[in-house]
Amino acid sequence: MSGASTPPPKPASADDNAFKRELVALIPHLRAFARTLTGDPTAADDLAQDAMMKAWDARASYQMGTNMKAWTFMILRNQFYSEKRRSWRQSQLDQEAAERTLVAVDDPESPVALDELRLALATLPEEQREALILVGAGGFAYEEAAAICQCAVGTVKSRVSRARKALQATLEKGGYARDGRAAGDAMRSILAAADRLSSVRQA
Amino acid sequence: MAFATSQQSFVRVAAVFSMTDNSDPPGKGPPKGGASLEEARLRQQAIGVKLRHMFDEIVNEQVPDEFLDILRRADERSSDGGGK
Repeated sequence: MSGASTPPPKPASADDNAFKRELVALIPHLRAFARTLTGDPTAADDLAQDAMMKAWDARASYQMGTNMKAWTFMILRNQFYSEKRRSWRQSQLDQEAAERTLVAVDDPESPVALDELRLALATLPEEQREALILVGAGGFAYEEAAAICQCAVGTVKSRVSRARKALQATLEKGGYARDGRAAGDAMRSILAAADRLSSVRQA
Repeated sequence: MAFATSQQSFVRVAAVFSMTDNSDPPGKGPPKGGASLEEARLRQQAIGVKLRHMFDEIVNEQVPDEFLDILRRADERSSDGGGK
């Protein structure tokens, strides 16, 4: 770690270098996906690092030119579920974990609506949450999300659809209570913030 | 690499979230002021935008040095560890 700053003894192969470049570029995405799965920034970075190493170790089985983002996401997801099976303790992404995330990513610039959305997301069943994140935030097509989750495309579609409805219902009804704020406020602030964000994007 | 640009992704995300289907009105409680279908569509879009924003916020965070350190060490290991 804090060892000598000698360069690697042998230069890596060109393929390894290309693989590594792509992998490094994907780290931010792996971190984001991991955080949405675990709901905890520290656990998420551990998970993302494990996945990164698994991908690196398995690089011989990866075909350059295919979708490396989907491939690494699948590795990360498998890693997450196999770890979860080992420890029941972390089996639920609960309100508590969501609260920890809120604290950890707390940023005065971040609008209130974002916190409400995180809490609402935490109330979704896991398979709905991951489908929604992959398609709705990760930019994956349904087919890619299905490959990542190793399920049928139709299954992903129905999970995303159920997740959307549940999320909206939660935000409107307030399936959670926080700071005594009314649920209607959550939806209102999301609408306002989304307006602002989309006008920025379109500009 | 075949990543969608963020503009493309955004359009795709917006499309996903505007596909509201009306068979099952959101929220079984009293629809305050009778949320119209158009309104429901807008709400889904708004949630989609926020979701994307939430994810991007993490993507845009600075990656902790640890990640690159780990990868560098693995690289060194594999170059002296007699792999291929």
